[in-house]
Formats: sequence, C-alpha cells, structure tokens
Amino acid sequence: MNVNGTAVTGYDAGARLLDVIREHLGLRGTKEGCGVGECGSCTVLLDGEPVCSCLVLAGQAEGREVTTVEGLASCPAGARLREQLVDHQALQCGYCIPGVMVSATAHLSRTEEVTEESVRTAISGNLCRCTGYTKLVSAVLTAASDTGAHS
Amino acid sequence: MKPPPFHYHDPRTVEDTLHLLSELDDAKVIAGGQSLMPMLNMRLAQPGHLVDINRVDGLAGIGWYEPEQVVRIGAATRQRTIEKDPDLARRYPLLPEAISHIGHFQTRNRGTVGGSLAHLDASAELVAVASAAEATLYAASTRAVRAIPMADFPRGHLTTDLTSDELLVAIDVPLWPDGHGYAFEEFARRHGDFALVAAAVLLELDTTHRSIRRCRVSLVGLGPAPIRLTKAEELLNGGVADDDALRSAAALARNLSAVGDDAAPAEYRLALAETLVRRGLRRALRRATQPTTPEVN
Repeated sequence: MNVNGTAVTGYDAGARLLDVIREHLGLRGTKEGCGVGECGSCTVLLDGEPVCSCLVLAGQAEGREVTTVEGLASCPAGARLREQLVDHQALQCGYCIPGVMVSATAHLSRTEEVTEESVRTAISGNLCRCTGYTKLVSAVLTAASDTGAHS
Repeated sequence: MKPPPFHYHDPRTVEDTLHLLSELDDAKVIAGGQSLMPMLNMRLAQPGHLVDINRVDGLAGIGWYEPEQVVRIGAATRQRTIEKDPDLARRYPLLPEAISHIGHFQTRNRGTVGGSLAHLDASAELVAVASAAEATLYAASTRAVRAIPMADFPRGHLTTDLTSDELLVAIDVPLWPDGHGYAFEEFARRHGDFALVAAAVLLELDTTHRSIRRCRVSLVGLGPAPIRLTKAEELLNGGVADDDALRSAAALARNLSAVGDDAAPAEYRLALAETLVRRGLRRALRRATQPTTPEVN
C-alpha cells in the first residue's frame, strides 16, 4: 500500500490498518478511541474515502492509497483547515482532531457548496466530547470560504 | 484492544474461498468488517481463521434483470455504493433510504450488503428491507449454490441459515413498479445508532390511485428476527387507501410480541412499532400518490 504517497511493505496483512500506521510506520496522529467504529478517532482516507482504520485489516489496503492526518499537510484544504482549527481554538483535549480533520478535509476537497449542515453531516462519524462541535464547525466553514483560503 | 490472533487468508476467487471454507475449521468470512472487526477488537469473536473476501472477483456489483424483474446485488457491494447509485434511487429507493440510517460515512464506505445480512443484527436496517422486499439470498459452497428466501434465513439471535462452509454471494430483490410507495422509518437514540425499532414499507396503488393493490410491512428491533406485519398487509391489500385504514393497520403492531431489554422494554418497543408503521404507511402512500413531488419532512 501507499501511505501518504510513500510505498509501504513488510507489514502483517492480518494486522489492523490502525496498528500498521501507528506501530509499523510510527505515524501517531491517528488515534484509537473506541475500537468499534463509533468514535471516528482512527479515521483515515482509503482511496480518498473516510474509513475507520481500527475496522480495516492491512491486507484490505494492499495496492491502495492511504492518507493519514500527517498526509493532509500537503493538501491545500487540509492546510487551511489546520490553520482555522487553531485560529478558532476549536480543540481542547485534541484527541478527536486527527479524525475530524480527515473527515472534514475529505468533505472540503469534494464539495462545491459547503454549508453548516453539510459539515455537521460530514463529521457525524467523529465524536468530540469537549467542544460541543460549534467551534469545530465554524473552523471548517471558514476554511471552506475564500476568507479562510486566504487567511 | 487488538484482535485475538488468527490466521489470515486472502483468496482472489470464489472457488478458492469456498475451498478454504470447506477445509478450515473455525473460519469466519470477513467482508466490510464493520460488524466483525468490532467483535474481534472486543474479543467477543475469536475465530481461528479469517477469510477475507475483499479482493475476491465478482462478489460486488448491481445487476438489473428485466425479464425476471429483479435487481441482483452482490454480497460484497458496499453500503455507500447502494446509497449513491442513481438507478436504485429511482427504481428501488427504499434501499438507499434505509442505508442512510446505518452508522456513518466511515462505516458505510466499508460495510457491505451481504455482511449486514449475514451478521443479522436484530435491528439492522438491511435485514428489515430484505424481509419487506421478500429478497432471495444465494449461498454458495463447494457442494452447490442454494437459494434461501429471506423468510427462512434467520435462525436465531445473530444466527442465520448459512452453514460454516457457505458463502453468501448475492441477493435478489424483486422490483416494484415505477412510482411505488416506500418508506423507511426508524427510532434510535442517536442518528447512526442501531435502531431500537425500525419499519420498512413498500406500497403499490391500483390504477385509480384510490385503493392499495398490495403492501409490505416489516419490523426489526422486536426480537432476534425481522417480523412481517402480515395482518396489516392483509387488512390493507385491496382496500381503500385512506388514513383510517392506515391507522387501523398500524395499530395491529401492538398485537405482536416483542423482547424487551435494558435499552427498551417490550411494551415501549411495540408502541414505537405502531408509530413507525403508521408514519411509514402514510409516507409510502404520499409517495405513491405523488411520485414526483420531492419529500418534505
């Protein structure tokens, strides 16, 4: 598989994608929360689609493109969003943020008309227990707007 | 937690998969993994072998068979594929509507139609749809391929008619005429949770649009298997399509028996069943009467 554009080999095909990312590759941005697909902390992109990496086996990602939160830095929407999350002080403990960033960046990259509702739907698979989502949603909306793009 | 140790198998053809399933003891098929992986991570399931069918050719896809009037859905077709398919949206909108209630994007991107049916959660949306739709499930083994009517598929809590060497390969869903009514209604504590109770409704009017030619109502969340509300169907079939009839039909849900648990007592589940069937019938009737009017809730 490719992770953030780099070919990766030597992993156990029966290991969870999450464990390959964190332990084999040492990319610790992706978090494990619930381990059952409810919290979204482990969200990564598999061929551009958000998935819970705790529920995917590494073998299932063979030959495919995996993007983790670390890989978003090189994508304009991801970089804008990171800036806006900081400007909006949109996080407290921060544990959910990598997953939120992945889901929201996928949404920003493919959606022409981003609305509050579309953002809330896009991050509905990501639980945040600190912020109540308001600042998260504002940050994503600002990142989507021209102002966000140029700030 | 991490899953317990298992042997991982990664076949590329249906034939190889079936051989593995017939030869291995204690093997479990993994497709989208959105039900099995949580059970592995929690160590509720500890199979000796996992047979991964994600890269098996020919198990995913949507095929339209016009002479037979069925749509065939490959068992490994992703839920998100069904949700976004324009032909299903037009010709079998109950399916995408039901799928929009399942989990969230992350899980629907991976979860499959066959996986949800084979897991047979007591309140799974696709189980309700397959029941109302009178779907036929195809199970393959090295011995044969057999067709299982959905009514005969559930065998108990999380238990199906599939034997340990069988692989669910496809389901056939009989088509309804264009413009038929449909509705999927569910009540869950939070969106994306498993439903406490959910109802799937299909409804066809006669040519005068005044009476109901036929309808189907299925409920999940009342017990280990889906329940067809046949009494309500009998009451409505051939009768006048008015609100009194729909209310009386929905009230019959109260006579079903339900299994209560910590999440909701039986009585409450039956109250939900009546309400959801009533809403579902009303919405299905509205859609059958005005098939082109966009839905406003």
